[in-house]
Amino acid sequence: MHLKTRGIEILTELRIGVFVCNCGSNIGSIINCSELADYAKNLPNVVFAEDNLYTCSETGLTKIKNGIKEHNLNRVVVAACTPRTHEPLFRGICNEMGLNPYYFEFVNIREQCSWVHQKEIHKANLKARDLVKMGVARSARLEALEKYQVEVTSSSLVIGGGISGITAALSLAEQGFEVYLVEKKRKLGGMLNDLYRISPNYEDPSEYLQLVKKVEQQPKIILHTNSEIISIEGYIGNFYVTIKGQNKVESVEVGTIIVAVGAQVLKPVDYYNYNGKDIITHQELEKLLKENKINQKNIVMIQCVGSRIEERHYCSNICCMNALKNAIIIKERAPDTNITILYRDINTPGTKNELYYRDVRKNEVIFLRYNVNKPPVIEDGKIRVYNNSLKDDIELDYDLVVLSTPLIPNEDNKALSQMLKVPLEENGFFLEAHVKLRPVDFATDGLFVCGSAKWPVSISEAIAQAKATAAKAAIILCKPRFEVEGSTARVDTEKCVGCEVCIKICPYGAITKDDNDQVLVRNVLCKGCGLCGATCPHQAISINHFTNPQILSQINALVERE
Amino acid sequence: MEKESSIMVIGGGIAGIQASLDLANLGFHVDLIEKEPCIGGRMAQLDKTFPTNDCSICILSPKLSDCYRHPNIKLHTLSEVQSVSKKEKCYSVEVKKKARFVKEDACINCGLCIEKCPTKVNDKFDMYLRKRKAIYLYYLQGVPAVMAIDKEHCLYLSNLDKGKDICRQCENVCPKEAIDFSQEDQISTFNPNAIILATGFRQFNPSNIPQYKYAEFRNVITGLEYERLICASGPTNGHLERLSDKKPPKKIAFIQCVGSRDIKNQKYCSSVCCTYSTKEAILANEHDSEIQSFIFYIDIRAAGKGFQKYIERAKQEYQVNYVKGIVSEIKIDENENPILYYENIASSELCTMTVDLVVLASAMIPSDNIEYLAESMGIELDEFNFIKTVPSEPIKTTRKGIFVCGACKEPMDIPSSVTEASAAAAQAAQYASQNKGD
Repeated sequence: MHLKTRGIEILTELRIGVFVCNCGSNIGSIINCSELADYAKNLPNVVFAEDNLYTCSETGLTKIKNGIKEHNLNRVVVAACTPRTHEPLFRGICNEMGLNPYYFEFVNIREQCSWVHQKEIHKANLKARDLVKMGVARSARLEALEKYQVEVTSSSLVIGGGISGITAALSLAEQGFEVYLVEKKRKLGGMLNDLYRISPNYEDPSEYLQLVKKVEQQPKIILHTNSEIISIEGYIGNFYVTIKGQNKVESVEVGTIIVAVGAQVLKPVDYYNYNGKDIITHQELEKLLKENKINQKNIVMIQCVGSRIEERHYCSNICCMNALKNAIIIKERAPDTNITILYRDINTPGTKNELYYRDVRKNEVIFLRYNVNKPPVIEDGKIRVYNNSLKDDIELDYDLVVLSTPLIPNEDNKALSQMLKVPLEENGFFLEAHVKLRPVDFATDGLFVCGSAKWPVSISEAIAQAKATAAKAAIILCKPRFEVEGSTARVDTEKCVGCEVCIKICPYGAITKDDNDQVLVRNVLCKGCGLCGATCPHQAISINHFTNPQILSQINALVERE
Repeated sequence: MEKESSIMVIGGGIAGIQASLDLANLGFHVDLIEKEPCIGGRMAQLDKTFPTNDCSICILSPKLSDCYRHPNIKLHTLSEVQSVSKKEKCYSVEVKKKARFVKEDACINCGLCIEKCPTKVNDKFDMYLRKRKAIYLYYLQGVPAVMAIDKEHCLYLSNLDKGKDICRQCENVCPKEAIDFSQEDQISTFNPNAIILATGFRQFNPSNIPQYKYAEFRNVITGLEYERLICASGPTNGHLERLSDKKPPKKIAFIQCVGSRDIKNQKYCSSVCCTYSTKEAILANEHDSEIQSFIFYIDIRAAGKGFQKYIERAKQEYQVNYVKGIVSEIKIDENENPILYYENIASSELCTMTVDLVVLASAMIPSDNIEYLAESMGIELDEFNFIKTVPSEPIKTTRKGIFVCGACKEPMDIPSSVTEASAAAAQAAQYASQNKGD
């Protein structure tokens, strides 16, 4: 077998090892893994195969290492869960054992087999065999590749100057990194500027707004207020950002970007006869509280207005605490005020919030639960709400109705997400890389997200998230170089006619022409997506790690069934 | 960037692991202190995680390996902090490492010793639902993947002071001569520039609520017991069955706020139960589509990302029913089927329901050594013995240079713990850099 390693042809005997993971019951309950391993043993060039309960455990990894050592393996195939979470681990093991990490092949028998064919066990097992056979065939064609080193510009961009953005910028600056902080509005502080007090400790927002002074005095932070981002190009370590201020347009170069654009309060124009006068939002109430203009006798607050309903499923997290806080503030100023809170579920998780809720209940605030199928009705100056226990309506007088509306995503999230090439989730909030274990990372290297841009959060949660993004960004910024993926496009200059179709189609701007008019790929920009390769009319572009021979070997293995 | 500073992380659950990895990647040396024989913590005990139903150990496992392999992280398992004092620019921390009686660098986890060991012990990791041996691997995917000998139960070690020299079968069978009965507990001193606390939580014992008869009825179990029962690497290999008769349940009740939101026990809300009970009910139905679940609740609290949708899906696709009402009492019939007495708040009716299995969403409470730890560290606890913080500084304890993350400061879910862990890393890094060499 001839193998191309960095252009040199060397003659090597192929020795493939196959490791099949039961993944507890995730795979093992559908796929007979020991039979699958036995099947693999008879595939071409396979010299060793076994199954483990959890291949990714230290025990399983040791077995791979021993396999490589004892059987002199030069290709490793793992049939398991998904490369998304586990490929780096197994590649790392190969690397540790002196095997080029790109000699590792992942066969996905969980997502592509056991999970999707739970009801057809026999066929699922046949498919698992095919997948393994294809993976083995492909592994025989794999080539050794090297990762690329990227220089890192040791500064960061923070988009959004609310509590999240301020906190992230300060944390990075205090760790010694330069930060460009860009805020759309004239003033820093975001929603803090609209609040009267903060739950659950009644802090004056001005205490938090002290941070604004700190930002202004911090020499490492370069502040751009009244400014917008108009373009973002580049990649981890080297993002080129254009910032449009009031009078000028400026370009800056940064190593990482933190998105902290926050969210906005839903204006409830279609709900409960909202009029901004005697039927208002909590945001408007806070303004009136600031101006000391609340003297109404009967106040009714309605929770979940525009949230946890068909058109907007989610719970906005912070509204219950906010309503409770405003109720207490009013009660303390004017104990005779009648306050009724119409709710579905009171959301006060944890220690501090739940204790707060207990206190509010002691303060003669009335809580009335309403049924989502029979929501309250405002008519003729009264509120009617159906009560499950009475099986009848209760009629309430009101002088003021305050609606708890959710935080909703900013309208310009979409434009920003397109500039950053990162996804939004179905409601329009930014989507992180992994909801459990990578909560402040984007899937794209060097980009992070915190605060209500990602999901409605309290100030305390926003602060924790902001500091987390600062740690993640600092991990990149503290080193002069960063490694990126080696599976990129390459151009065969013999075949290339210079038509430039690839240059136009590349979404990352990774393809260009050199001084001699020769097409060339800038490796650090290339994500290996393959668009250029598929488009090139002369088949002059191939994608490392996904070459035609590699893919064809898989297809051939599949169709050559016995 | 060259950094000589070192930081100590106490607690090797997901929060401690994430904080350690971030700090190590920032160039700090990290000493990670874990009291059990392996790192992994509570997340290692869970079957799946909400709202994505990712297999818990599968997504945790790569992080365990990363921690183990990272050149900047030193794992100290079976270790507990004894005392802390402040030196000029750092702390002086005494750590006691209990004898493992197995050489960590020699054991290859072949399991021959386990086969030979004659002593069976109730397994803590599996919530005492099965037996392990006196020599054991803490759990299957545990890191470091080496055995430990349980001194109290080992025939040889427990009889040593009686002058008897018996058993030692593990020593005879070990191909690597990894058994070392001469090991003793060791006290070492570390001088970290900053400390992160991530000691996690434990589960409230529901026997304290007599009307639920947890201690008496075998078919009344806790959430963590359920996680082990339904987990493929658990005591039943993932077959969901009743403890009384091994019959698969068809109707399961999940009771919320067991010991939480309860003035006789914990006044606070444990934050994660509504969503994890929903997950447990979904998993039951995935195992057997005939299984119906009933979740008894006070308020549904599902404010995290995607949680509300998860609950909608549970209702529509997995036969999960939500009943507003607290269960006042549990009795059993002649077949040990639990009978629940409750008020259905939606209809204002007093009802009974007979089910096959009851799962109690038992409160999250601080770990048992927290008072001792807080005292030795000189930090304050809140009224529930969680580590005290204020909302404007969610990561700082009451003492400079000591930071906190995860469920030891308040009940919270995995994403919040991971987020706080990274935040704690940022703050500890900042603190250590500012308090070094000046």
